[in-house]
Amino acid sequence: MKKNHLFMIILGIFFLIFPLVIHSHYYQHLVIIIFMWVVIGSSWNLLAGYTGQVSFGHAIFFGVGAYTAGIFATKLGISAWWGMVFGGFFSMLAGLFVGWVCFRLRGPYFALATLAGGEIIRLIATNWESLTEGMVGILIIQTFKSKLSYYYIAFVLAISCIYVIHLIMKSKWGYYFVSIREDEDAASSLGINTSLYKNISLLVSSFFTGMAGAFYMNYMAFIDPEVVFSLHYVSIMAILVGIVGGVATIWGPAVGAFVMVGLQETFRSSFFGLAPKWISQAHAMAFGLLVIFVIMFLANGIVGDWSKIKRNIFRIKPSNA
Amino acid sequence: MLRVNGINVFYGDLQVLWDITFEVKEKEILVLVGSNGAGKSTTLKTISSLLTPASGTIEFNDIRLDHLPPNKIIEQGVVHVPEGRRLFPEMSVEENLIMGSLYGEAKAKRNGTMDYVYSLFPRLKERRKQMAGTLSGGEQQMLAVGRGLMSKPKLMMFDEPSLGLSPILVQDIFGLIKKINQEGVTILLVEQNVTQTLAMCDRAYVLENGRNVLEGTGKELMANDHVREVYLGI
Repeated sequence: MKKNHLFMIILGIFFLIFPLVIHSHYYQHLVIIIFMWVVIGSSWNLLAGYTGQVSFGHAIFFGVGAYTAGIFATKLGISAWWGMVFGGFFSMLAGLFVGWVCFRLRGPYFALATLAGGEIIRLIATNWESLTEGMVGILIIQTFKSKLSYYYIAFVLAISCIYVIHLIMKSKWGYYFVSIREDEDAASSLGINTSLYKNISLLVSSFFTGMAGAFYMNYMAFIDPEVVFSLHYVSIMAILVGIVGGVATIWGPAVGAFVMVGLQETFRSSFFGLAPKWISQAHAMAFGLLVIFVIMFLANGIVGDWSKIKRNIFRIKPSNA
Repeated sequence: MLRVNGINVFYGDLQVLWDITFEVKEKEILVLVGSNGAGKSTTLKTISSLLTPASGTIEFNDIRLDHLPPNKIIEQGVVHVPEGRRLFPEMSVEENLIMGSLYGEAKAKRNGTMDYVYSLFPRLKERRKQMAGTLSGGEQQMLAVGRGLMSKPKLMMFDEPSLGLSPILVQDIFGLIKKINQEGVTILLVEQNVTQTLAMCDRAYVLENGRNVLEGTGKELMANDHVREVYLGI
């Protein structure tokens, strides 16, 4: 336990001083994006990993958060940073609606309903041009020139998201969520209001995902429906981050975010310019291979199967075996 | 104590219970027997509100259960030990027991009840930090019973507690149900194991194809020609 705390403090200090030492905007940008994915992945994990309600539609909440910030800035003329608060709030409203509709279904049917929900809202955002500017997208002016401010905002957001989820999972809510995942009927027979707690899980999850979306608006300064409501860049990526890192573990999505963003970037940049250009086209295939590998050999993800990795790759015997 | 009045239950368009009526009296052991698909489990699920009857009423001590959501049933003192245990496999034994006592009096008396459950099942105490999914079948059934007891029920409903257990364990479980009953808990038991259950129960009903066809004391039914032919194979 002590060793873990020490490790976390070192890791925290490392990320605190990282942008002060590494001045490359490119690497700072990468870590900012990773932090954002830590938030989205952890939120997805709360709903899907712990509560067992697998969502294929987290782009709904990401996009609503981003558009809230963008529309507030362009239509109402208030700083897009207010979107960090209101984006989370409006995402929760979207979450309430999604829950109202989709929680009537269970298991794969719930997943399919959220998948459809994500596509529906993307089409709405594309066609409701008076509000969202449609495919033209929303362009705002970045508040800060340097990446440092964005870096620390994303850092605080990621840390607080993980910490809040950690607190929830230690509380009795956490037990209710897990019991719903394990057996929904048994949980409700034991007196748990399953629809209430499924909605609470969804609301917390949508709030943080919406904050991440609003942060994306502020940071990238440009959004359009194809990006923020994207099925494969947001919804599927959220699932991959969770699965690769480790479903139903606190640190899994954080590790998953590093791996997935790192992999995506390695391919996009053709292995940082070392490999021929055509390889950048292969990143979808690499994702597919990684998922197959993880499902076959590390069904619980990198964090969930960490002891197995240590045993098989590093040949380290577990100390308390 | 529990009064089921003419319930009709459907899965979609398919009617599975036809006008089921029966009564459980205070402190007795009542058994519903019948073959596969007779509607025994459906009856229990309907009492637990996991299914809603299209018509008919269910009353427990004069409180209507059929309009309550499933999570309110347990607060009335009715607990369902479902078929196939339905534990939370990735929670420890102790956590599973705690999940049985979330509200009201059961929560206030949680520690005392847990000691009682551990005294009934010393095996569970030995394994209280172990994941429920890693227990053997018999131990899982004990845990399911223990989790039910944690809610301090007035009425306990068991759905095929003998399922998948060896004959010796089946006897243990039935002996235990009898013991729980002697301590003042009313029992509603659903079983396919007709011989043993008829021997231990006070009264029984026979369900066939979703209909209530016979009722009587255990002894009466043991002597009934139809029961002997169809269920006992004599």
